[in-house]
Amino acid sequence: MHRFANPARFLRIARPATTWLLAIGIVLTLTGVAGALFAIPPDYLQGQTARILHIHVPMAWLGMGGWTGIALASIATIVWRHPLAGVAGRAIAPVGATFTLLCLVSGSIWGRPTWGTWWEWDGRLTSMLILFFLYLGYIGLAAAEKERGPEGRAAAIFGIVGIVNLPIIHYSVLWWRTLHQGESITLKGTSVAPEILWPLPLTLIGFSCLFGAAVLMRMRTELAETKVEARLRRLAAPERPEPEPVPA
Amino acid sequence: MNQWAFVIAAFTVVLGGTALLLIASAVRMRTAEVKADALSRRQ
Repeated sequence: MHRFANPARFLRIARPATTWLLAIGIVLTLTGVAGALFAIPPDYLQGQTARILHIHVPMAWLGMGGWTGIALASIATIVWRHPLAGVAGRAIAPVGATFTLLCLVSGSIWGRPTWGTWWEWDGRLTSMLILFFLYLGYIGLAAAEKERGPEGRAAAIFGIVGIVNLPIIHYSVLWWRTLHQGESITLKGTSVAPEILWPLPLTLIGFSCLFGAAVLMRMRTELAETKVEARLRRLAAPERPEPEPVPA
Repeated sequence: MNQWAFVIAAFTVVLGGTALLLIASAVRMRTAEVKADALSRRQ
């Protein structure tokens, strides 16, 4: 892992990876979205609103996946003091927060015609909202810590502690049987008909690639800004006088 | 209730939000990298 601790080496990989992730992400997402909107039949119970599943589920998974990334970056910061781990955590947070917010909004839009309400203080919805607030907390803490210097660990500890919310989100539909439906896709199989489900892998992989591209772009931004700051500091520093030769 | 209105609203919000995030990230990255390259060349 420390092979990528050198920003120059990281950038050599990140530059082409950003382009590839963007290209693959756009193609897969648009194909999946076209399939979800125009190719699949309406669900026998939910009707047309079942199409929202194909964008809502990737948002939910990536919102949770983003925090898993922050937790891993936090462990790398604390255990190995990896120089790019803090940069990765700060880059993932706004992207994860955006996807979590989009999950909440798309779920709310789906809920109105399906449940008859925009919002309910249900276990799944509330724990997802808490995840969004955790992201906001992490963004604020990491930004404040970066201002103070590179040695801070508070954001990393927060990133590790916050992962406790992920199993709560996952099992909330089993622990509190309220409004949100139970798991329809598990490792054992799915209760969704294949003719409705097929665009989901496309949107899931597509949005994941776009998530990765956004994170890489934000990491590259922070590395470039750090470089600019270092160079400006060097330019502003007074030149040191030549040392006097030591007499023999 | 017209279900398609909700479907279109959800897709617009998610695709628009993702596009905005990507465009904002790309613009910030491009600005920062151009500035860093310009300073490198000046030195």
